[in-house]
Amino acid sequence: MARKNRPTAEIPNGSMADIAFLLLIFFLVTTTISNDKGIAMLLPPKPDPNQPPPEITENARNIFKILANSQDKLLVEDEPLLDVTELREMVKIFILNFGNPGDEGVKIYNSLPNSMKSFVSINGRKVDSSDDPKGAIVSFKADRGTSYELFVQVLDQVNGAYNDVYGERIGLSASQFLQLDRDDPIQDQKYLLARQGIPRAISIAEPNKIVN
Amino acid sequence: MAKFGKKSNTSQDIPTAALPDIIFMLLFFFMVTTVLRETDILVKQKLPKAAQLSKLERKSLVSYIYIGEPKQSNIFGKEPKIQVNDVFVEIDEIVQFVNQEKDKLNEAERDQITISMKVDVESKMGIVSDVQQELREANARKILYSSVQAIDI
Repeated sequence: MARKNRPTAEIPNGSMADIAFLLLIFFLVTTTISNDKGIAMLLPPKPDPNQPPPEITENARNIFKILANSQDKLLVEDEPLLDVTELREMVKIFILNFGNPGDEGVKIYNSLPNSMKSFVSINGRKVDSSDDPKGAIVSFKADRGTSYELFVQVLDQVNGAYNDVYGERIGLSASQFLQLDRDDPIQDQKYLLARQGIPRAISIAEPNKIVN
Repeated sequence: MAKFGKKSNTSQDIPTAALPDIIFMLLFFFMVTTVLRETDILVKQKLPKAAQLSKLERKSLVSYIYIGEPKQSNIFGKEPKIQVNDVFVEIDEIVQFVNQEKDKLNEAERDQITISMKVDVESKMGIVSDVQQELREANARKILYSSVQAIDI
């Protein structure tokens, strides 16, 4: 029975919490939870060198023109605009104008909820604005000297207007619409229903090559 | 008087036996979420604020381009520069960079490559649109203007 005198083979675990704390604090400090979010865009395909640039066949009334110069001043529909945040409402009114809707436009109009129909009858139906949401295009042209900050702000406002329209169609707000998870079939169906017939037609023109 | 003198017989010790377990749980959470930064960003990065943001769907398809004024402006000058991976590149090297990034992906996923543009707010549109023209040339058309969430009104 000599075994009885042997020291116990236990590791002291009193300081385990301290060691774990130390590691925890190290990882807490080094962690950068990545916040990779942004405004998604799809660039147009590269131009075919054998073909001349396409003629613009759209009616001018179907294009909502936004210009920005090198002093970060905006020209919206040929009129200067000081406050960028007003753009959102303007674009929304432009998309939902239904001035002269085609067959598809009438279908889209009939699918809208009542709140949006009354929005159209209050603000829309102008002859000199877009025919229907399907044909409406928002065109944004920035100068080479325009600041990137303004560019993102304008893009944000225009995207916001579209998300307002999409969201309202299915009874959601713009931010709720953005959070729809397209991997979930039910939510994907909602997403497609909201997008149906109204393309997010944002055209970003190439800035001029030569600065005057 | 007797009331004050009365001793309660409930113990006032907080059991600490489970403390290491809790700490370990937190530790594992942070170990898993930690991404040690692979690239050293050499340009100023103050991202613009925007409200209508969408998330990146698949991290593996994303490549980054950083644009901004160099941090070491005494060496590299004050003009905004383009950085990919760890080095500054010129405009005409972007196509090559995109092709390298595409080669890392599966054949089927090459067209879905997304370029995340991390552009400093101080930059001008000229350099950004030059990069975009090159991206069109390289057929990497999905881009993301990386920005910080602003509070939506």
